[in-house]
Amino acid sequence: MGRALSCLLALVPTVALAAADPKLNALNYPGPTWSPYLVGAGIGVLSWLTFYFSDKPIGASSFYATVAGAIGKVFARRHTESLPYYQDNPPKFGWETLFVPAAILGGFIAAWTGGDFTNEWLHPMWVARFGESIALRAGVCLGGGILMAFGARLAGGCTSGHGISGTLQLNVASWIAVICFFIGGIAVAMPLYFL
Amino acid sequence: MIDPGKAVKNVSVNEPTPVAGPAKLIAGLIFGIAFGFLLQKGGVGKYNVLIGQLLLQDWTVAKVMMTAIIVGMIGIFFLHRFAKVNLHIKPTQLGPNIIGGLIFGAGFALIGYCPGTAAAALGQGSWDALFGMAGLIAGSFIYAEFNGSLRGTLEKWGDFGKVLIPDLLRVNRGVSVVIIAVLLTAALLVLEKFTVR
Repeated sequence: MGRALSCLLALVPTVALAAADPKLNALNYPGPTWSPYLVGAGIGVLSWLTFYFSDKPIGASSFYATVAGAIGKVFARRHTESLPYYQDNPPKFGWETLFVPAAILGGFIAAWTGGDFTNEWLHPMWVARFGESIALRAGVCLGGGILMAFGARLAGGCTSGHGISGTLQLNVASWIAVICFFIGGIAVAMPLYFL
Repeated sequence: MIDPGKAVKNVSVNEPTPVAGPAKLIAGLIFGIAFGFLLQKGGVGKYNVLIGQLLLQDWTVAKVMMTAIIVGMIGIFFLHRFAKVNLHIKPTQLGPNIIGGLIFGAGFALIGYCPGTAAAALGQGSWDALFGMAGLIAGSFIYAEFNGSLRGTLEKWGDFGKVLIPDLLRVNRGVSVVIIAVLLTAALLVLEKFTVR
C-alpha cells in the first residue's frame, strides 16, 4: 500500500516538471516494444527455469567482480589472490560468466528483430541536458559504475540479484536493498535533471 | 529464526536437478540470451526509460519488476513446496543492505543502466554502456580491496541472518505469497490507471 501511495504522490511533481521542457521528458523518447507485463512475466518464468535447471537465481553484478578478479590476476596475481573477497569468491569461468555476455547477444537479437538498433554513443535525452561531449558521459559512467559496483557488492546484489531474484524469494534483505536502490537513484537523478 | 537454507535440505525429497558440465554452461548461455532479449524488448535497456523511472516520469521499470516478482514468486514457492528447487537467500544485514543500496542507487542515476540492463543496452547499440561496464569492473575491484576492512565493521552492523518476509509476518509462506501477490497486483493496477507509460 505504501508503494501505491508513493506512486500517487509522485505524479504531482512529475506532471509539473514534465511540462517544463519536453526534451527532458522521458516519455518523449521511444519506450518498450513489448508490454512491460509480458516482459515481466517472461522474466518471472525465466527465473523458474534458472532455479530448476541451473540451481541459480538470475543475477548480473557478480559477473563484473569475476572479470575484475581475472584482470587483477593478470596484473597482480599474488595481491589479487590475497584479497579476502577473492579468496571467498575465486574468479573462475562458469554459468555467471556466460550469462551477462549472453545477455548482450540477447539484447542485440531483440533490437535487431524489432528494428530498434540504436548505434549511438549518447542518448538524445542525455544530450539535451548535458551536451554533446562523449568524454563527459564516459567520466560520469565510469564514476557511476564504480559507485554502482561498490554498492552492489556491499548490499549483496544488484537490480537483478536483489531486485528480482531476491524479492521474489521474499528475502527481507532484497526488499530493503531494492527500496534503497530507488531512494538513492531518485535522490541523485532529480537534482541531476531538474536543478 | 529458521534458516531457509537448512529448511530446504530437510524437506528435499527429490534433489533438484541442476544440469552439470558443458550442459550447465550452455544453459547459462541460453538463459542469458533470453534475459537480455526480454530486457531489450521491455525497453529497460534504454537510457530514457531507466532515467525516466528515477525521474518518476516513466514507470516501465516498476511494471516489469513487479510483474516479474509476482510470476517468479508464485512459481518458485510452488516448486520449492514440492522440493524441486532450492531457495538462494542472502543474509539480511541492515548496514550493508541500506548503505550499499543507496550507493548503488546514486551510481544507477549517473549511468542510467544497471549491471544487467547495461548488457542489453550494449547489445542494442547504446555504446555508452561500455563506459558503465568499465566502471562496474573497476568498482568491483575497489570493493574487493576494501572488503577486508569492511568485514569487521560496517558489514557486521544490523546482521539478522537469513530472514524471509513470512518469518517477519509470522505467517506461513503460502499466505505470504498470496499477500504480496495481491499487494503488488494492486500497485500495478494503480500504475496502469495513473501513468502514461
